[in-house]
Amino acid sequence: MSKWSLVTKGFVKDNPTFVLVLGMCPTLATTTSAINGLEMGLATLFVLVLSNMAISALAPLVPDKVHIPVYIVVIATFVTVLQLLMQAYMPAAYATLGLFIPLIVVNCIVLGRAEAFANKNTVIDSALDGLGVGLGFTLSLTVIGLVREILGSGSAFGFKFIPGDGILAFVMAPGAFLVLGYLMVLFNKYLKK
Amino acid sequence: MATQSTLKNMLLCLTLVCLVCAAILGGAYAMTYKPIQQANDNILKASIGAVLPEGGTISDQKTASFGGRNYTYYEQLSGDAVKAYAVKSSTTGFGGTLELMVGVLPDGTVNSTRVLSHSETPGLGAKCQTDAKFIDQFKGLGPDKLVKLRADGGDVDAITASTITSRAYTLAVSNAVEVVKSLKKEN
Amino acid sequence: MEYLLIIISAIFVNNILLSQFLGICPFLGVSNKLSTATGMSGAVCFVITLATIVTYLINKYLLLPFGLEFLQTIAFILVIAALVQIVEIVLKKISPSLYQALGIFLPLITTNCAVLGVAITVVTKEFAYGGAEPHLLNLGEATVYALATSVGYGIAMILFAGLREHLAGNQVPQAFKGLPIALITVGIMAMAFLGFSGIV
Repeated sequence: MSKWSLVTKGFVKDNPTFVLVLGMCPTLATTTSAINGLEMGLATLFVLVLSNMAISALAPLVPDKVHIPVYIVVIATFVTVLQLLMQAYMPAAYATLGLFIPLIVVNCIVLGRAEAFANKNTVIDSALDGLGVGLGFTLSLTVIGLVREILGSGSAFGFKFIPGDGILAFVMAPGAFLVLGYLMVLFNKYLKK
Repeated sequence: MATQSTLKNMLLCLTLVCLVCAAILGGAYAMTYKPIQQANDNILKASIGAVLPEGGTISDQKTASFGGRNYTYYEQLSGDAVKAYAVKSSTTGFGGTLELMVGVLPDGTVNSTRVLSHSETPGLGAKCQTDAKFIDQFKGLGPDKLVKLRADGGDVDAITASTITSRAYTLAVSNAVEVVKSLKKEN
Repeated sequence: MEYLLIIISAIFVNNILLSQFLGICPFLGVSNKLSTATGMSGAVCFVITLATIVTYLINKYLLLPFGLEFLQTIAFILVIAALVQIVEIVLKKISPSLYQALGIFLPLITTNCAVLGVAITVVTKEFAYGGAEPHLLNLGEATVYALATSVGYGIAMILFAGLREHLAGNQVPQAFKGLPIALITVGIMAMAFLGFSGIV
């Protein structure tokens, strides 16, 4: 697999949201607007790249029976570092995303990539893999957020272009499920081979 | 390729990983401690500044108890005289806790209000954060005009379709006014 | 009275699956059949309640006194992982029949974000019920909150599994098959649950 395809595979072919259906909780919960989705995606990307690199470097040294606890400790460390950095430099984003930042620890995408890719590939490849999957995740979250924001509040990335209130249900909980469901239908119909 | 899973190796590996991670976290915590304090401080200062008239210095945090609850407040001082109070006041709205910072002049007049945190419905109750028409009508209420919704016999127009949120907001403001009035009585 | 409000709020108004979006992965994964959904709900209920009590105590008597709040995430996830292992071993020894029913779900629960989510929520979020002053929950309230939340999880899961068993027999367009139609169904269920909002 070429280096470039490692980065691009997350967009369509192995898209973590629409194909692999991983990390559903933040996907549904934080996509009330395009910006929120983008921020959540980038936060996950940060953890994915760093944890993939660290785990691919550590993997040969870790005895098989304890590899899961070791991976979880490594991932949790990066998540906590992210939490501290966001509290210090992006307090507004940290306040909106709230609980879902510490919950990156249990996002199956992160542990999944560690198990499926990082523990048997080089540090560079693992970093690219983390970048690719993370970008795919970010893209999906931004698209879902954008659709919900347009339908629910008549704006895109915070710029209001439809006056009035929009269809509130799309910003609330049911809208998350509906938008994800219908986007998945479109994805299946037009993009999946 | 992996190291053998003997007890010694496993213990060694887990201990080392935990130590290194703890060290990284300790370092990160120490490095971000000041900036986090600073960021929280800035948010607080901004919200106090937004509800008070300009000028004067802000006192340290103080506590007052009123109606069986404790309220945190800040005094705006010019010289020795208190020019205004910023009171943190919270009530239960539609979706959860609604927390406000309320600026009140010493005679009990509301200067301005600002939402600190809320969990109201997006697009409905959450408008209490942005709807200028709703927010502005609190200014000047207090001493003779009641801080109550029009439906409850006061002068505040509720946000359309969000009566519970509006009532919670109004209650938080009127509690803050009462806190200031009780402070004046004590002095 | 306050306990009653906590229970109603956690089960219906702020349903963990349908309005807080925690634990969605296993929800979509094992809700194909009513029997597995029931088993998973039981296991989640057990682990969430136990994990919340243990992490609450660890936070109160270990992390807070030493100023180690920043280790919260890492400590909680390790405790939950260890707890799940212990529960599995103990269950196997003392109640093989219960183990048969819940056992296969236990390893999946470590990465169920509902468990970590509830554990973090009870020690960080201030609750206010019935006009009371917002406060962090005490141990009793935290336990009730955890138990009620997981009952809410179970109710949503079992209701949905019932719907999904019917869905399986229906003709849906190719592109809707599987998850998409399931998600749309959950969306409609979440709308129904919106009707509860504001009652507490």
